[in-house]
Amino acid sequence: MSQFTLTLDGREVTASEGQTILQAALANNVVIPHLCYDPRLTPTGACRLCLVEIEGEPAMATSCTRLALPGMVVRTNTEALRASRKMTLEFLMSEHRMACTSCEADGDCLLQDYVYEYGAAERRFPSLARSEAEGSYTVGHEGIVYDPSKCVRCQRCVKICAEVSMNEAITLKGRTMDVEVSTAYDLPLNESSCELCGLCVSTCPTGALRERGAIGRGRAKDLTKVRTTCPYCGVGCQFDLCVNRKTNRIVRVTAEPGCVPNDGNTCVKGRFGFQFVASPERLTKPLIRENGALREATWEEAINLAGRRLAEIRDKYGPDALAFLSSCRCPNEENYLMQKIARAAGKTNNVDQCATTCHAPTVAGLASAFGSGAMTNSIGEIQKVQTLFVIGANPTEAHPIVGLEMKKALRNGAKLIVCDPRKTWLARRADLHIQHAAGTDNFLVNAMMNHIIAQGLHDQKFVAERCENFDAFRENLARYSLDEAARICGVPADKIRLAAEMYAQGTPSSIFYTLGITEHTCGTENVQNMANLAMLCGQIGKPSSGVNPLRGQNNVQGGCDMGAIHSVFPGYQKVSDPAVREKFAKAWGVEIPTNTGGRVTDFLEEAHAGKLKAFYVLGEDPVLSEPNQTKVIESLKKLEFMVVQEIFLTETAKLADVVLPGACYAEKDGTFTNTERRVQRVRKAVDPPGDARPDWQIICDVSTAMGYPMNYRHPSEIFAELASLTPILAGISYERIEKQGLQWPCPTPDHPGTVFLHDGRFTRGKGLMHVIHFRQPAEVPDRDYPFMLSTGRTLFHYNIGNMTRKSAAIRQKEDENFVEIHAEDARRLGITAGGMVRVTTRRGSLAVRARVAEKVRPGALWMPFHFAENSTNQLTNDAFDNITRTGEYKCCAARLEKIESPVA
Amino acid sequence: MATMPAVESADLRPALRILDEMSPVTASDTIPLLQRLQEAYGYLPREVVLEVSQRTGLPASRLFGVATFYAQFYLTPRGRHLVRCCRGTACHVRGGKNVISTAEKVLGIRDGETSSDMSFSLETVACLGACALSPVAVVDGRYLGKTTPARLEHVLRTMREEAAGPAENREEST
Repeated sequence: MSQFTLTLDGREVTASEGQTILQAALANNVVIPHLCYDPRLTPTGACRLCLVEIEGEPAMATSCTRLALPGMVVRTNTEALRASRKMTLEFLMSEHRMACTSCEADGDCLLQDYVYEYGAAERRFPSLARSEAEGSYTVGHEGIVYDPSKCVRCQRCVKICAEVSMNEAITLKGRTMDVEVSTAYDLPLNESSCELCGLCVSTCPTGALRERGAIGRGRAKDLTKVRTTCPYCGVGCQFDLCVNRKTNRIVRVTAEPGCVPNDGNTCVKGRFGFQFVASPERLTKPLIRENGALREATWEEAINLAGRRLAEIRDKYGPDALAFLSSCRCPNEENYLMQKIARAAGKTNNVDQCATTCHAPTVAGLASAFGSGAMTNSIGEIQKVQTLFVIGANPTEAHPIVGLEMKKALRNGAKLIVCDPRKTWLARRADLHIQHAAGTDNFLVNAMMNHIIAQGLHDQKFVAERCENFDAFRENLARYSLDEAARICGVPADKIRLAAEMYAQGTPSSIFYTLGITEHTCGTENVQNMANLAMLCGQIGKPSSGVNPLRGQNNVQGGCDMGAIHSVFPGYQKVSDPAVREKFAKAWGVEIPTNTGGRVTDFLEEAHAGKLKAFYVLGEDPVLSEPNQTKVIESLKKLEFMVVQEIFLTETAKLADVVLPGACYAEKDGTFTNTERRVQRVRKAVDPPGDARPDWQIICDVSTAMGYPMNYRHPSEIFAELASLTPILAGISYERIEKQGLQWPCPTPDHPGTVFLHDGRFTRGKGLMHVIHFRQPAEVPDRDYPFMLSTGRTLFHYNIGNMTRKSAAIRQKEDENFVEIHAEDARRLGITAGGMVRVTTRRGSLAVRARVAEKVRPGALWMPFHFAENSTNQLTNDAFDNITRTGEYKCCAARLEKIESPVA
Repeated sequence: MATMPAVESADLRPALRILDEMSPVTASDTIPLLQRLQEAYGYLPREVVLEVSQRTGLPASRLFGVATFYAQFYLTPRGRHLVRCCRGTACHVRGGKNVISTAEKVLGIRDGETSSDMSFSLETVACLGACALSPVAVVDGRYLGKTTPARLEHVLRTMREEAAGPAENREEST
């Protein structure tokens, strides 16, 4: 972008092409007042405060709507300008209900600041302010409060809802003096298209829009901002916890425009999902099982018991009787310690984390194809993608900030192909929606690739130079014709043809996928086929083009990077490599176990078989998260000893022999690694409740009690140790990521981090094209179970729901399980929207409310898994991916019955 | 609940027919779309606009925002007959005020209101642009120039008697 100079208040300053005068001024620390400007929005020019004088022009101009041009001479602070701004403020004050003494925004209000700065009179004109009592669209809403009497009609909230989140839940209603913000027909906010992202609150320059939950809990002067990383999905949004030190409470969450990767945006979970931190349900004391019930205990008692029993079982039955389940909710440092305690104190490679439940096929599939199992590109590159190929992913709900970047790409003119059995938000706006039957992804992708080769649309040079095994790969595709794919997938052949051509030709094209690809018995093969498609078309190894799994949990990338996987040490260094074992043996001063180890799904099966005797679970709730719940509970009950380290008494913790109360993300220091491989800081904002302690300290104590002493003073010491043993992270330190995270690989302290992978060369050398055969899911609909049930996440909740369901705003929006049914099926079975139905599979049966629409295919059902009291995983199939043992959550056969409502 | 718009608001068929005729509906069709819906229903019923939003992808909030911005759109049912009286400067000078008060008296409603039997709505307008004919009233689109209170009263009473008489052919077809 070219740079030029202009003159601001007699000073020569530099500006970039495309900047407005206001932006150029702000970038050069020249403050021009503004109420309606937000860098995330198109200019509005409504508030008339940013007026400037441009030499040679007769009238004042709004600096937010005028491009800065070379040689321009601009005055921003003359007598006349100040007089004009003062008058504008006085007009605004005449419509403003003056209530600074009781206003939540006191000290955090641009109107207040400007009135003070310009010495504007509060009552130069008669007051036309509305009364406080007037209602608005937020009456009764638990998340957001809108007060029209404090609104300056700047339109920022309306525009951010339309331009950034693209929900258009709110609008300006009426005209002239009567204008106010409202929903369509003044619907209550929760009945509108509002997604509760709170961006409207974040951009409001006055006290008109605030979070209801923050009212009365402290104003700007009472609050300290602690920059940290969001604890929900893998996007890794940076935001500030606004903490009232006097009450040790998080009051609100704010984010700064310009920050990476979320540019000041958050989703509903990030903004409203923090109430769990101060929940009275938090564990505050260690618990020990005695006479069948859990009782409170001292730390010493609990740690000693845990250490002694784990060591006894290890020594009595051998190390393979022990297993450790680490947590992708926890920081890297704690994941590192979990695999260290497993290997050094437990003497076993039986260590895993929840990637097995979600993206293990990604790690395995992409590692076998490229040599590195992570998202190849960056979130910031999405907006420049020309063709988005989104398959088995619902980013606007599961990864909302990535969803916002995709919306940006759409606004920039990108083409969008969505392959999804459901009509998601993106699917409805896609240029092409392939609504294929669940579990037929490989047939679809094979047929696309067959067509691409037949048309000569593949990148022959890329394939020849950078890939291997093309001939066998091509030979296999011959069996996958477009017509056959149309029959198997249930989609018109023309759509598949068009998708193939659009992807191959729409450079740069980029693939985005999540659990719709991985949670299948063919999950790893699905992932390998994503790699095949990208390699075939040369759509990888360059900016805005690659294979991009969106990781589901805040630190699932980090949990894998840290080697909480049976087969690898931190940085994917193989346990089977003697040189690697030697390195870790030396660093840790122990002999490294050589057993194969297993996955969490193996642990449960071995427990069921009576082979696994002791289980140490950190921040995971397999009872709710693993498929076939009844069997999971049976398995865990067979254990001799189970330690659960948790923040809540989860369903799994209720079965434990020792429960250790840990600290949540807001109560400790550490790092999370987001889906784009960016290592970011997590910072302590509040003290843990009661006797709860940071998990890294607890793991150290248990290890010490097991006979392998661990001792660190601060997580930064743990990070320094792990970085020294992990080449891809060797260049990263707490100092370097203080302001902004770094993306691995980052091998040296002067390395800038890696924005996209496989530039010029794949990590493994040549990219390996896999021969993928289509296989049916383990269970397909039949006469007794005629529906295909898939599970997934909604926008509002996160996994097992025990964090998000503590938020009043989120609960009000969605607080019970449901099943999505196609309108045709509903009609046939006499099911009405909102009516109760029974969903039954070979493993269980649940009564839930029906959501009738055309979101799923006819014959398909979809359910979330966020609701413990009615857990969908009672239904799901414990059939697993043949390589990574990930459950087939996306496909199981089900029966659907209407529950006749009792006569009133 | 004596609402009696031209078409019942719950009847979506006219709206669907309009969408069909205008298909594909894009953002630039917003105002013509709202105008045709209002023509069919007499106003813009909530259920209809929300359904139209669902089917067109045009956000309901945007349709509502536009509808509330322009004076030509109504969000509540209107009477079967619309009486508009000018209160522009020229009409005012030539006794427009009396015309308005006559309409209020005869119809028993005030400016902006609709009679309880849904037969008449009364509106005043800042200027109808027909100052040469002042004072002006417009009844169901018919201009009454140089209106006297007596003439307007006659017109309105005749209309009311007709309405009370044998049912006129109120369109309920298709």
